[in-house]
Amino acid sequence: MSDLETNTAGAVEPEHEAAPAPTRRMVLNMGPQHPSTHGVLRIILELDGEIIRRAEPDIGFLHTGIEKQAEALNWQQVVTLTDRMDYLSNLGNNLAYALPVEKLLQIEIPPHAQWMRVMLTELSRISSHLVWLGTHALDLGAMTVFFYCFREREDILRIFEMFSGQRLMTSYIRIGGLALEPPRGWQQAVRTFNDALPSKIDEYEDLLNTNPIFLRRVQGVGQLGLARLLALGVSGPMIRAAGLAWDIRKAEPYSSYEKFDFDVPVYQESDVWARYRVRIEEMRQSQRIVSQALEGMPGGPWKADAPKVVLPDREKMKTQMEALIYHFKIVTEGFSVPAGEAYVPTESPRGEIGFYVVSDGTAKPLRVFMRTPSFGNLQALPALFEGHLVADSVAALGSMDFVLGDVDR
Amino acid sequence: MQSEVPQSHPVLAALAAWDSHSFTSWSAELGETLIWVTPARIVFVCRYLRDEQGFERLSGLSAIDRYPLEPRFEVLYLLHSIARNIRLKIKVALPGADPIVPSVTPVWEGANWYEREAFDLFGVRFEGHPNLQRILLPEGWEGHPLRRDFPVHGHKYSYQDE
Repeated sequence: MSDLETNTAGAVEPEHEAAPAPTRRMVLNMGPQHPSTHGVLRIILELDGEIIRRAEPDIGFLHTGIEKQAEALNWQQVVTLTDRMDYLSNLGNNLAYALPVEKLLQIEIPPHAQWMRVMLTELSRISSHLVWLGTHALDLGAMTVFFYCFREREDILRIFEMFSGQRLMTSYIRIGGLALEPPRGWQQAVRTFNDALPSKIDEYEDLLNTNPIFLRRVQGVGQLGLARLLALGVSGPMIRAAGLAWDIRKAEPYSSYEKFDFDVPVYQESDVWARYRVRIEEMRQSQRIVSQALEGMPGGPWKADAPKVVLPDREKMKTQMEALIYHFKIVTEGFSVPAGEAYVPTESPRGEIGFYVVSDGTAKPLRVFMRTPSFGNLQALPALFEGHLVADSVAALGSMDFVLGDVDR
Repeated sequence: MQSEVPQSHPVLAALAAWDSHSFTSWSAELGETLIWVTPARIVFVCRYLRDEQGFERLSGLSAIDRYPLEPRFEVLYLLHSIARNIRLKIKVALPGADPIVPSVTPVWEGANWYEREAFDLFGVRFEGHPNLQRILLPEGWEGHPLRRDFPVHGHKYSYQDE
């Protein structure tokens, strides 16, 4: 336990520590089918009474070899794999993959597509935080919030379905722009949802902020210092709940995020409560971004002017010889990407997500390293658990907001 | 690969001044700075970059298989400094026969799982790692799937045997 000095705040020590009686440790298997592990995570807990002495996460149950499969598909097809990693923030993953490939291809994305990407990514951030809030509150015994959150999430999924025909595995953001032209009437659908959202968030806060049971289960629980979190490779809301205003959308803007006005919420306590506050506030900021996107959405094409990469319009394909040739080549063999390597970090609802893509100049990636936020964040689990009560582990676990598909890939 | 170190680059100039042999070559394609470091020096260089250059985060660590070229493996370190808002890539080249590189877990605690993952999927061994075991695949798995000579389909493992 010598490496846990920074983690003594809030730790519970047994009163009879001086007693010479031999301690009996119970090994408890939490998961892989445990309702509050949100997926298939197994944690081996070593208990001394009610206090966790050692916690060892066992991951890999959802490993599907996505990085290996990516090497067997062509560049555009890999987009569909990214949906399936972090299935709560699929549009964010599509974007995170498209950006480095576009950097290698050196294609310019038109403003309309960039703003549309921002708007959809923010909607998926709201939907991801809603799932987190609903399940986290459910873990802690507040069932109503779960139904409220899923009600709003349903509205977002309908918007995604309107855009892409799919609710979850949208694959809507493609290399070179978007998959389809934005549907007629999308402004109305997004505006109706977006205008109603702030009052809905007020509702969740009314249910939780003064709820004594919720407060006692989250305040002062799962604390960990900022330095330790950074050393462990944690990113995202957990860092912002520990007092550091680091958001990649602000620090290293991509896809014209620099044109949007939003705040980075920061809290100092670094406990489950602070992480809850950060995510609630992030939903409000995402709502602001979506309304700015609605107001100032530039017109113009929704895909890049790159005939060798982007499929031509249906009309052109039927009337122009070159368009037909490009269409045939892109569909049959894909497009080749100039040899090189690129990495573009982006801010997912969970933290830093980036795809390190390596091309050898062919139509398939040589390597796609998926730097996923959940994998990095989950490493902090033993530090959050050890020395604390078993009952608090569920609250601490939920506050990390990981997706096992994102951890195991 | 340029040989002359740019004095204007904030990190490379400091690194070269600290130890002229700290990196063997560098490049800055597409605005991403990359340095190549020998396996013997990687821990010293990383410790210097963390303590003196403010790279408090190891954003990620993985490997690239260049099969059938030699040196076959490249271990990739993605470094990030939040305070200075800069990123740096480090690569270490390793032979295909026995890829061993010292572990950077003493420098960044978070390297632990990334090195286990690279060991699991590429078979790169990290010397001095506290717990170098498979992390994603089952314990009895044979081979390292992200190697380029590992087939995408048709491996022998069956879950029936568990």
